[in-house]
Amino acid sequence: MSVLLRASPFDPGVEMKRFSDTQEGAGGIVTFTGIVRDSADGPLRHMEIEHYPGMTQSALDDIRSRAMARWPLTDAMIIHRHGILRPGETIMMVATAARHRADAFAAAEFLMDYLKSRAPFWKKEVTDTGETWVAARAVDEKALDRWA
Amino acid sequence: MTLEVLYFAWVRERIGLPRETLETQAETVADLVAELVAREDRYAAAFADTDALRVAIDQTLSEFSAPLAGAREVAFFPPMTGG
Repeated sequence: MSVLLRASPFDPGVEMKRFSDTQEGAGGIVTFTGIVRDSADGPLRHMEIEHYPGMTQSALDDIRSRAMARWPLTDAMIIHRHGILRPGETIMMVATAARHRADAFAAAEFLMDYLKSRAPFWKKEVTDTGETWVAARAVDEKALDRWA
Repeated sequence: MTLEVLYFAWVRERIGLPRETLETQAETVADLVAELVAREDRYAAAFADTDALRVAIDQTLSEFSAPLAGAREVAFFPPMTGG
């Protein structure tokens, strides 16, 4: 359950508890959750997240493995939704557990940076006026440089 | 060689297909793109700016200059927007 791709909504509080219950020797846990917000074009009807079924699981496993190899974590978890998401729903969640907080924070940032630009997901925003593919931001691609 | 070619997000919408099986002699991804662009306008529209696209060979991110020898699946898509 360290990497989970799912179509249905989930409760990040429940997942945080499940994750923390299995950590031994960790002094702290960092979590980040991404939430569907309104579009720049106005109120959002829903978000659609497309993914590449043959590649997504292995890409997520690879991102998690890199974080586990780079920092002394007791564990790391990634949950990511696909399909149709309503405003306010959780898009994704990462959690990292480590003996010391600096490692947990750094690893969570690393997971987020890689999820943004290297996991095969594409977001589309659907509003009353139409639908738009969310454009990748240069700043997100640039963020990977700090881990090179 | 026979290739499964997959399209995602707006690339899929412009071409109008999620995937197709192609017979090709293309040696590189760029050669394959040139073959597709020559076929029909919808491919030309999708591949107008390959700087704005990403490619994966057999589910691993790759480059347009990469050779296709031994490949079974090639996927084209815009830069990813996960997280």
